[in-house]
Amino acid sequence: MDSKQTPITMDTFLAQVWRDNPVFVMALGMCPVLAVTSSATNGLAMGIASTFVLIGSNLLVSMLRKLIPKQVRIATYIVIIATFVTMVDYILQAMAPAIYAALGAFIQLIVVNCIILGRAEAYASKNGVLASVVNGAGTGAGFTLALLLLGGVREILGAGTLFGIDLFGPHFQPWLVMILPPGGFFALGAWLLLFSWLKQRKTRRAELKGEPLHAG
Amino acid sequence: MQGESLSFIFLNAAIINNFVLAMFLGICPFLGVSAKLKTAGSMGAATLLVMLISSACAYGLNYLLVEFELEFLRLISYIAVIASSVQLVEMVMKRFSPALFRALGIFLPLITTNCAILGVALFQTTHEFNLVQSLVYSFGAGVGFTIALVLMAGLREKLELSDVPTVSSGLVMSLMLAGLLSLSFMGFAGLGGH
Repeated sequence: MDSKQTPITMDTFLAQVWRDNPVFVMALGMCPVLAVTSSATNGLAMGIASTFVLIGSNLLVSMLRKLIPKQVRIATYIVIIATFVTMVDYILQAMAPAIYAALGAFIQLIVVNCIILGRAEAYASKNGVLASVVNGAGTGAGFTLALLLLGGVREILGAGTLFGIDLFGPHFQPWLVMILPPGGFFALGAWLLLFSWLKQRKTRRAELKGEPLHAG
Repeated sequence: MQGESLSFIFLNAAIINNFVLAMFLGICPFLGVSAKLKTAGSMGAATLLVMLISSACAYGLNYLLVEFELEFLRLISYIAVIASSVQLVEMVMKRFSPALFRALGIFLPLITTNCAILGVALFQTTHEFNLVQSLVYSFGAGVGFTIALVLMAGLREKLELSDVPTVSSGLVMSLMLAGLLSLSFMGFAGLGGH
């Protein structure tokens, strides 16, 4: 199963951040993405917490990959992930009570984030320790990037602030719906729309460039 | 939260704070299994069943954990309980309704990673509900999940017949629809009377 080791390149990290972004491209882990991004700060905190769990679980799964029997691997991964989530839960409770209160149950719900289980199953169980950690960090960075993009847009439009700093002065009329639940769906939909439009434009341009060659 | 009436707990979980549309729990099956009305209905029913079983188990488990001061094991034990009740529902369904079992296919084991179920177990603990309240809460949550899933499936069946620009087809359109649905559910917020 893990006979061939893929070399660690920048791509191990970067592919997860952009090309295979867990949220925008793979559409995984939607629940925390929509629920905690009412402000950029919450999004960032959630991203960092998830990154920690990703790196930790990838590290442990990769270290134990030869010991875990195939039949019970999913259960084992879940227990490993739950352990790290419990750690994050208690650390945040002790060190950042305000953020803990804002994120609420969603810290504990990192356990059922399919991104983390997906990485453990698809990458860490087949690759070396260092590669898995790098890949986990990349996935975490991509997830954090998505949370920041979404949280930033929603906070700017819905409250007129970014990271709690006032942007538009007192006369700004906040677009309240953006920080309410429907705003999450709309903002994510709009980001996906932008990405799919950019992709379509790129393919169309490539086609236009390619055409004269085919005709000739 | 001890004084809340059972009917309010039910309405609150099912409609006012709908698990999918207001609290963003269980988005994955909501977007994944809502393409057809029929499967959406049975998926909702299966989830409701798992919710009820795991909620009752989680209540008993939490009682034990508090008794022995092992609260830090809560998350791990809840997940184990949910995974085993999914297995149970799977076995029962295979025995009594093989057709439904085949129709749901891969989505049945995936109920384990449905955050709505873990959410129910966690919220009933933070709200300090007693056993009856917990059961009513999880029943309400399951009904709310099913309502959201069925509504979404109905909308998406209609959407298949309409002419959508290719740039916004698929997930983008589903998200926009979900946003509209969520917007309309916000109208129920006044029912809470707080």
